[in-house]
Amino acid sequence: MDIAKQYGEGEAAVRALNSVTCEIYAGEYLSIMGPSGSGKSTLFNMIGGLDKPTEGSVFVNSVDLAQLTPRELAFLRCHTIGYIFQTFNLIAVRTALENVTLPMLFAGTNPDDANSRGRELLDLVGLGHRLHHRPSELSGGQQQRVAVARALAKSPTIILADEPTGNLDLKTGQEIIDLLRSLNEDRNVTIISATHDHKMLSVSDRIFSIRDGQLADVQVNEKVRPSASEA
Amino acid sequence: MKSTTNVDPPLRVAWTQAIASIRVRFLRMAITTLGIALGIAFFCSMQTLRIAESTVVGSERDRQAWLIATSLLMCLVGVTNSMLMSVGERFREIGTIKCLGASDGFVVKIFVLEALLLGLIGSSVGATLGTVAIAVFATRAGETVTLPQVATTIGVGVAAGALLTITAAVVPAMQAARMPAAAALRVEL
Repeated sequence: MDIAKQYGEGEAAVRALNSVTCEIYAGEYLSIMGPSGSGKSTLFNMIGGLDKPTEGSVFVNSVDLAQLTPRELAFLRCHTIGYIFQTFNLIAVRTALENVTLPMLFAGTNPDDANSRGRELLDLVGLGHRLHHRPSELSGGQQQRVAVARALAKSPTIILADEPTGNLDLKTGQEIIDLLRSLNEDRNVTIISATHDHKMLSVSDRIFSIRDGQLADVQVNEKVRPSASEA
Repeated sequence: MKSTTNVDPPLRVAWTQAIASIRVRFLRMAITTLGIALGIAFFCSMQTLRIAESTVVGSERDRQAWLIATSLLMCLVGVTNSMLMSVGERFREIGTIKCLGASDGFVVKIFVLEALLLGLIGSSVGATLGTVAIAVFATRAGETVTLPQVATTIGVGVAAGALLTITAAVVPAMQAARMPAAAALRVEL
């Protein structure tokens, strides 16, 4: 990856990211940190194909995101990447189960299979008893767990988590971190998260520090295993 | 003496904020204003027609065509405004389902179907109410209105209403769908 992102044009242009070059390995648990306004979220959005770089390109599994049509991009988001947001972003009018099955329906899974897989996933995140509750009837931690289940729905190889613990209290935040860590270990899912949370950082394989739109520092966490193959 | 209660700033502060807010949502404000303008134009033209009735401006037919055109236009403006709001307050939802793998087309489908449903229900009720009320009225006055005539009028009304609603929904829905997912998620309302 070698990207720059520029917002606006001419004199008012803001370069949120300035030639950040990085590689993210498959199966690693990566945290991106940096003060707000550093370009952290921008980098994050580029990786996830949520936004396009002004210069440079992003490769996910050696596919150049800039070359994809909107439909192919939707396919990639559907099959390769699971997203988790700071604000949970569940669909308010759908139940927990429906929230989890929705991405599977986008992928063309038949509704029965999607339902049974949705139940399994909600069981996995410990919400097997709250299948038919709407997001407004769930606590923050429970909503985030639904979001994790939803991110897993398509068995993605990458999970992108933007401040996943930012709106949660310490205990529930820890539960989400444990959940992500165990997914990373048991299913070899690549976890990429933007975070300030120290507990999150301490379980990461590597930590990118972003400052003023540049990759300022890469920390490798020794106690966690050395990384696997290249993404 | 120190005051313990909050004091409102001078009216000028509220005024500058009102102006800024109109500027930011210019398109929607313009549509709202257009709606008001059309409504009042409608009202005033009717009033003027009544005054000028004796001297007669145009035929009865012209007058009716004018009536129908303005009322449909008003309807379109009103529905466009509502659809803009409906799409606008759901940018985050749109961004989210795009992240889940929804194509742009799927997003448009949601809003078009929504508009279609609302349009069908609204125009069915409206067409029935309007047609039946006047039919009863006319029959009382001794004129004849046949059932097929009533049915056709209701049919045309429903079709026009549904079409109008969908037309109003398609443009904002397509705009929302084409936004990069990140931009849609970033929007705060």
